[in-house]
Amino acid sequence: MINEIGLVALVLAMMSALVQAVVPLWGASRNRPALMRVGSSAAIAQLTLISLAFACLMSAFATSDFSVRIVAENSHTLKPLFYKLTATWGQHEGSMLLWVLVLALFGAAVAAFGKKLPATLRARVLGIQGLLGTAFLAFIIFTSNPFARLNPAPSEGMGFNPLLQDPGLAAHPPTLYLGYVGLSIAYSFSVAALIEGRVDAAWARWVRPWVLTAWCFLTLGITMGSLWAYYELGWGGWWFWDPVENASFMPWLIATALLHSALVVERRHSLVNWTLLLSILTFTLSLIGTFLVRSGVLTSVHAFAVDPARGIFILAMILGASGGALTVYALRARTLQQPPKFAPVSREGAILANNLLLLVATAVVFLGTFYPLIIDALTSDKISVGPSYFDTAFAPIMLGVIIVMAFGPMLRWRSDAARPALRSLLPLLVSASAFGLVTGLVGQSLWGGVGMGFGAFLLGSLIRWCVVRTKLGQVNLSQSLFLARTFPRSTWGFMAAHLGFAVAVFGITAMSAWETESVAAIKLGETATLGDRTYTLLSVKIENGPNYEAQRLTFAVSRSGSPEGSIETERRYYPERDTTTTEAGIRPGLLENLYVAAGEESANGAFVVRLNHHPLAMWIWAGGLLMASGGFVSLSDRRFRVGAPHRVGATSIARA
Amino acid sequence: MEVGKQEKTTNTHATGLPRWLMLAPVTLLAVIAAFFAFGLTQDPHSLPSTMIDRPMPDFSLEALENGDAPLANSDLLGRVSMVNIFGSWCPSCLVEHSQLIEIGQSGLVALHGVDWRDPPGAGAAWLAQYGNPYAKTGMDRDSTLAIDLGVTGAPETFVIDRGGRIRYKQIGPITQQVWSETLLPIIRKLQSEPT
Amino acid sequence: MRASILATILVMSPLACAQTAGQTFPPDIEEAARDLGKSLRCVVCQNQSIEDSGAPLAADMRRMVRERLAAGESRQQIMDYMTDRYGNFVLLTPPFQTDTLLLWLGPLLFAAIAAWGWLAYLRPASAVSHDPQPLSKSEIASLQERMKQEEAPR
Repeated sequence: MINEIGLVALVLAMMSALVQAVVPLWGASRNRPALMRVGSSAAIAQLTLISLAFACLMSAFATSDFSVRIVAENSHTLKPLFYKLTATWGQHEGSMLLWVLVLALFGAAVAAFGKKLPATLRARVLGIQGLLGTAFLAFIIFTSNPFARLNPAPSEGMGFNPLLQDPGLAAHPPTLYLGYVGLSIAYSFSVAALIEGRVDAAWARWVRPWVLTAWCFLTLGITMGSLWAYYELGWGGWWFWDPVENASFMPWLIATALLHSALVVERRHSLVNWTLLLSILTFTLSLIGTFLVRSGVLTSVHAFAVDPARGIFILAMILGASGGALTVYALRARTLQQPPKFAPVSREGAILANNLLLLVATAVVFLGTFYPLIIDALTSDKISVGPSYFDTAFAPIMLGVIIVMAFGPMLRWRSDAARPALRSLLPLLVSASAFGLVTGLVGQSLWGGVGMGFGAFLLGSLIRWCVVRTKLGQVNLSQSLFLARTFPRSTWGFMAAHLGFAVAVFGITAMSAWETESVAAIKLGETATLGDRTYTLLSVKIENGPNYEAQRLTFAVSRSGSPEGSIETERRYYPERDTTTTEAGIRPGLLENLYVAAGEESANGAFVVRLNHHPLAMWIWAGGLLMASGGFVSLSDRRFRVGAPHRVGATSIARA
Repeated sequence: MEVGKQEKTTNTHATGLPRWLMLAPVTLLAVIAAFFAFGLTQDPHSLPSTMIDRPMPDFSLEALENGDAPLANSDLLGRVSMVNIFGSWCPSCLVEHSQLIEIGQSGLVALHGVDWRDPPGAGAAWLAQYGNPYAKTGMDRDSTLAIDLGVTGAPETFVIDRGGRIRYKQIGPITQQVWSETLLPIIRKLQSEPT
Repeated sequence: MRASILATILVMSPLACAQTAGQTFPPDIEEAARDLGKSLRCVVCQNQSIEDSGAPLAADMRRMVRERLAAGESRQQIMDYMTDRYGNFVLLTPPFQTDTLLLWLGPLLFAAIAAWGWLAYLRPASAVSHDPQPLSKSEIASLQERMKQEEAPR
């Protein structure tokens, strides 16, 4: 019964979305306020109905209703309640429902908070969100019905992939979707602006917080995904350039670019055209990511169960949504074109350079991800593109980004001189290079030295920026502190985010250049070594969990003779899935992680054990968290209070 | 919109960027979508064999524990044969097993089996339980032959001509449909080839 | 109960037992093998190297790499053997050949396009010739209005 209510709610939601799409857009073109207002009510109705459907699905999981097919396929009575609930979005159908829920949530937010927006703009934004909602709800109802029944209902579910029974992973899809799908707002606003033929400062003031919100969640989602892969998958890696990882990374890169160019639109009324294009691009990449994960076009360690029929539908949606938006862009963008209002050396110039570098980086990741497909289509040759390609091609671009990040904040708006800027950073350049040289020589790694040098340069430039802004050294300390206290929150956000990036650069460099590993087969009581540490196998115990049987290996760690406690790793066997996984033993630390993973036990009782030393590993995710926090802090800035002030007699700076 | 018209210059933009650049994104999308559409028709998991039309590598396998004669590549000369890679641990192998028994009984083609990655006795026990369709069998405990053949999983079956050359590789279980529509025609064709 | 569970685990991984079978290799061979293994793709899981993959076939491939290295084969010879049997797909780093030209040169191409875009955008618009259009009536009127305002005493 509840199940059927859910399905009915979905169908009603789709009709609601259709109304939300058609009526306001029509109303906006005819300037009929009554029709335009329908958009807001429809958006709220859509959210309510989808929430109801989602609640119905979640209750099916909570009560282990195995007559619902996806519950039978993905759940189990023995699963803890928390994981039963999070299983709601742990498969294709449920996660698509989550997708449209977030889409509707953002649409309703525009309806609720956007009362001060010009009526036609709001109507058009809601209309476009409605179009997206209609398409995705149709996709769900016709190809991915989460409420499909199984008859006869099995008495027990088929369990869950054991790798997915994890709190971090449970939170991963919702966080990512708040990012991915949140970018739809930027898309809708841009297409609406193109239809309207006008973009003004109010538009930018409105769009920026939404882009920032989506960006924050996307940053969090990617960081968490990487951290999860590190501690769950048991191979000690944190990023493999897997197609699904790239699917979330590409929108992030463009969203970062968008964040900065939207700032230029708001403050300087410049780069308008570019920002519109980026908004469409970033959501396009979100859609392509969805396509990638669910269509089976590429193989991946963690793609959903695949179905080409669904792939065709999503491809059609991409053509409709992105193709449509880009066509409108091709037709209308020229009327919003402006000559550049800034010199190459300027804050805007730096942001544009940063944007272009991020775009190049995205193109590189895209090329590497889809190249096997391209080659297969053109030559039928099957090749694969592994991590070393991406590392080689991507890293240099990031070095360029770091340089721009170091100079950009120092430059003045509109026009600045290159030489004084260079001169002021010269001491820092020299000391960062020296630091890089020293670390490279001591650590015997060229790229390690380069990475550390660039990280130091970025960090130093941030510190220098802070020093200059607080006039530290030029005035007495209390005056400097006073200046610091007057920093608006968006300044703190900027510093935290850029600092986070620097921290991540250090972590990534250290892990890439100085990670060490050793593999050994050892028996009870024997010892393996890595560097100056020894690991002695103390005990092997049987420990059982709710739906698994495990062997737990305990090691005593000591360094140069002095004991450092113990570390444990488990091999878990899940009977219903007939799979064995390794839970790595990780000892996190500020400067290094110790990582131990046990492999199979051989006939003579020896275990194959892999020991890893991960220098500065935690800095990678700390950096990601810091970046996301910086974004959230920026969001709390009063200037970002949602709801653009209505300026009387506002002139549109890019006129149609 | 009239003011816009006034601002339009006689030729290109206010910037140095060419006009057609605005069309680039949508064109690029169309190209990418075309590749995606192609991708939907392919199976990215399947790896075509590099061994087609090449001679079967030299090998000589250990016998199974059921007294079957052990398989070596010399056994593959003189008539058209099929070499089936299986294992007692492989569920899909069980799916195709009844079809293999039919093929073995029909005598149309020489059917041999390679017991891949099974501990001693396991393969023999499995064949005893489900039936043994093979003329000759052998054990490949450590994938030496499997890697030599470019095997990626079980079951896989190679069709070999009279001269000992690999002519076709079937990935996945041999169903009735696969046998009648794909393999049988190939075997017939190979059998009618002059020696 | 416990004994049977342990037995189940061991029996369920018979493939694992077949794997290392007590063979150890000297550390320099191990290191070279691990390095080579990281650039060979596991053909079963298809998105991991044979070093990282838990698949039984990957374990066998790891062993085969070590045996061949110990027998004196070079890294290139082993890679050639693997691509001979499995195709270019088994190499995680695609070789530099005609059909991967776009892959390897792509990043440079993108950077060049970006640089061109940057320059083209920021080139002064005076490079573009303008024929001034005659002003419309409404523009003339608003201009006259403005001129009057400016001439008015402050």
